[in-house]
Amino acid sequence: MTLALPATEISAKLEAQFPGSLVESSGNTIVVKPESIFQIASFLKNTPGFDFDYLNFITAVDYNTYFELVYYLVSLEHNHGLILKTRCTDRENPTVPSVVSLWNGANFQEREVYDLMGIKFEGHPNLKRIMLWDGFQGHPLRKDYKIQ
Amino acid sequence: MEKESTRMGIEDISKSYIYPDTELDRTEGEAIEAARKLYKQPIKDPDSWLEEDISRNILLTTADAIINWSRRSSIWPINSGLACCAFEMIATAASRFDISRFGMEIFRPSPRQADLLIACGTLTWKMAPTYKRIYEQMAEPKWVIAMGSCAISGGLFRHSYSVVPGINLIIPVDIYIPGCPPRPEALLHGIQALQNKIKHQSIAKKKEQS
Repeated sequence: MTLALPATEISAKLEAQFPGSLVESSGNTIVVKPESIFQIASFLKNTPGFDFDYLNFITAVDYNTYFELVYYLVSLEHNHGLILKTRCTDRENPTVPSVVSLWNGANFQEREVYDLMGIKFEGHPNLKRIMLWDGFQGHPLRKDYKIQ
Repeated sequence: MEKESTRMGIEDISKSYIYPDTELDRTEGEAIEAARKLYKQPIKDPDSWLEEDISRNILLTTADAIINWSRRSSIWPINSGLACCAFEMIATAASRFDISRFGMEIFRPSPRQADLLIACGTLTWKMAPTYKRIYEQMAEPKWVIAMGSCAISGGLFRHSYSVVPGINLIIPVDIYIPGCPPRPEALLHGIQALQNKIKHQSIAKKKEQS
């Protein structure tokens, strides 16, 4: 069983490293600002002691007023995990930096989030629809999506 | 010196068999010789008495009756499953329910050789053009069974963004089998209904096309 790391310890280190980039932290969840997600993910991956070398999944939730992206990071070396979140308030053009250059497994999952939720990932090598066909109108897992 | 030792080795191995090669060859030869002595006359066809009766008779029928009889008695379904209803179709084809009792056990993997499309499951819009092509590749005469709620109307996923609400939007359907999924008995009943439908078709009137 993967050990969930307590967020309070990590958030103190992150706050020292990236001042002002954290939104909140509780339990084993850390919420960060979208513009600093790449730097924080890179820090968590490359810092000895954290070594989050494996991205378990990326998913997105629509809370009507904002989108929340959820990254579940795991270290195969230390067998511990952490939930990293970020929030986009822009509904028209939500944009988040891509983490494909850190974890290649993020490639298809970011495409899926883009396809169904309409969140753009800056720096993604091939950001196009993965499930639905080219020419599909809208992003069907958004709460305000209307079925024709 | 070396040659001799190799030959010795082969002999050693042949001695370790229970039946040496020479013994096996001899028994085989004896059996063949015995068979040649025994089987001199051709065996009489056990059904040969039938020919005498039938040759003295005339059978009368209509073209429709004989064509429809042969068509409905040997329907070849295509081996295509869309979703979970396919497992009921597989169960119907397997030994417990045994679709071959109705003369349709030969599931063809190629649409060119099939004449029944059992649409078993949810058809998504992404799959729809391919499915239409599979139907069009089948040679006439061909029939379609819509199996299960999803194939009939989209079912549970009717209001989804990705599901075709009824395969009759894509291809013409002959028989609808309700259920989610229908049990194998229901599929067998649908197949019998299709056979009944074929029974009453006429080659003079072409099947309606969509």
